[in-house]
Amino acid sequence: MDPLIVFLQAVVSGISIGCIYALVALGFVLIYKATEVVNFAQGELMMVGAFFAYTLVDLGGVPFVPGVLLALLATAAFGVILNHLLLRPLIGSPAFTIVLATVAVSTLLRAVVAMIPGWGVETHRLSNPLAGQVVPIGKLVVSAEHLMVIAVTVVLVGALYLFFSLARVGVALQATSQNQLAAGYSGIDIRRMFGLIWGISAAVAALAGVLLAPAAFVHVNMGYIGLKAFPAAVLGGFGSLPGAVVGGLIIGVVEELAGLYAPEGVKNVAAYVVLLAVLMVRPQGLFGISKRVRV
Amino acid sequence: MALLELRNVEAYYGPIAALKGVTLDVNEGAIVAVLGANGAGKTTLLKAISGALDPEAGTIRFAGAEIQKRAAWDVAAAGIAHVPEGREVFRHLSVADNLKMGGFLRRDAGGLAADLERIFGYFPALRARVREMAGNLSGGEQQMVAIGRALMARPRLILLDEPSLGLSPLLVQEIYRIIGRVKADSGVAMLLVEQNAKMALDVADSGYVLEGGRIVLAGSAERLRSNEDVKEFYLGIRDAGVRGVRRWKRRKQWR
Repeated sequence: MDPLIVFLQAVVSGISIGCIYALVALGFVLIYKATEVVNFAQGELMMVGAFFAYTLVDLGGVPFVPGVLLALLATAAFGVILNHLLLRPLIGSPAFTIVLATVAVSTLLRAVVAMIPGWGVETHRLSNPLAGQVVPIGKLVVSAEHLMVIAVTVVLVGALYLFFSLARVGVALQATSQNQLAAGYSGIDIRRMFGLIWGISAAVAALAGVLLAPAAFVHVNMGYIGLKAFPAAVLGGFGSLPGAVVGGLIIGVVEELAGLYAPEGVKNVAAYVVLLAVLMVRPQGLFGISKRVRV
Repeated sequence: MALLELRNVEAYYGPIAALKGVTLDVNEGAIVAVLGANGAGKTTLLKAISGALDPEAGTIRFAGAEIQKRAAWDVAAAGIAHVPEGREVFRHLSVADNLKMGGFLRRDAGGLAADLERIFGYFPALRARVREMAGNLSGGEQQMVAIGRALMARPRLILLDEPSLGLSPLLVQEIYRIIGRVKADSGVAMLLVEQNAKMALDVADSGYVLEGGRIVLAGSAERLRSNEDVKEFYLGIRDAGVRGVRRWKRRKQWR
């Protein structure tokens, strides 16, 4: 085959997997920006969302699109409850305590999902109306699933952008993430904003789970993709939403290209190599604002 | 009954008592100044009122209701707007969005638009920079944003924490001129905390002197202006020969 076509194929599938990294990274960044908590259970929220979709669509027989939307809502509610039960009582504790609590939540979620009958530790297939279809673009043959992942990500990122810059509550969420004290003085209920951001973040994670399912199936350990999404968030400058998206795309494409051209195994460490290289040149990440702390 | 009534309010920062039983009134439509040096407890006082800090003892009544246990957003909803020390603008939001957030709890689009115009009337500099990120503004402009944000809530009481801090003398005069105009226009009450005693007493109706977490002096603005201790320690007007030992003795008399 034409080497250029091979290259382009790899780039498209890299962008597609990169979109999923980007969505999980967005979830990290949303929660971090608003609450200054790094949520290490983000990958597990994604896994729970995928199981919700699998249960509704494949076990419950709900049609694909409404089933997925319901799963997103259910995961959002799950995120709100998680924040309410486990993290709100910890407000005011040292950051280290809270971060460890999210690590505990991630382990707990994997354990509980493994125990649920019908979910368990087996690999499940989320049925998908686009399975196996391909779209030829010139000489390039792209799978419809990849295109859907890219399209859904573009729409979601656009919707989030409009929400945060135009909607009253969206701007209030930004205000809360920038200055909690002043937000409270302006009448913004900070605790409700934290709940809301957990809900949004969980729904974004669930969407990532549904999009990942055709490529990686639904299983209890699918949340480990968080280990790839985390460097994506850091690469973008942890705290920058566009940065998370760009970081995810870069890592996705680099991984695919490494898989194509580099020796066996390089693909698995490519994300971290890119991260280290970028951080050596720009310690604040690609889109990060270097914080000057007065001492 | 006063609009805001504090009775024996005590507050702590960790183990340190910052307010040791403060009693204070702000009447409807009045400007009340609280004077005091660094560490006297002025900022703590305002934080206790606006719910950023829960007092350990005492009561705070606003418009007849006790508010000392409420969260900051509930206090804001009750009609108190806080202009915090150091401006605390939303740095990565535009000036327009900063002001919009001040009116977060209001739903009357017409009233909000009118108030926005009013604020641009007070601070024409902000109209020119309405799309600019608030973090890129100068200190004086950020103070204008912070005051404008508070006005957007259409509050009954504004808490002003050191509005003159870090500003040039000319800007301080400008800010205080606006504070006077706001009072004349809307009759909103203000509790003003200041180190710049001259500016504060010029605009205020009455005042308190806070030292070491206690009110040591209270009275009308004229009375405070003519008080020998206030003159010496806060206005910097001093007769020749008054020094050291005498200063210490005078301060002791207040306790």
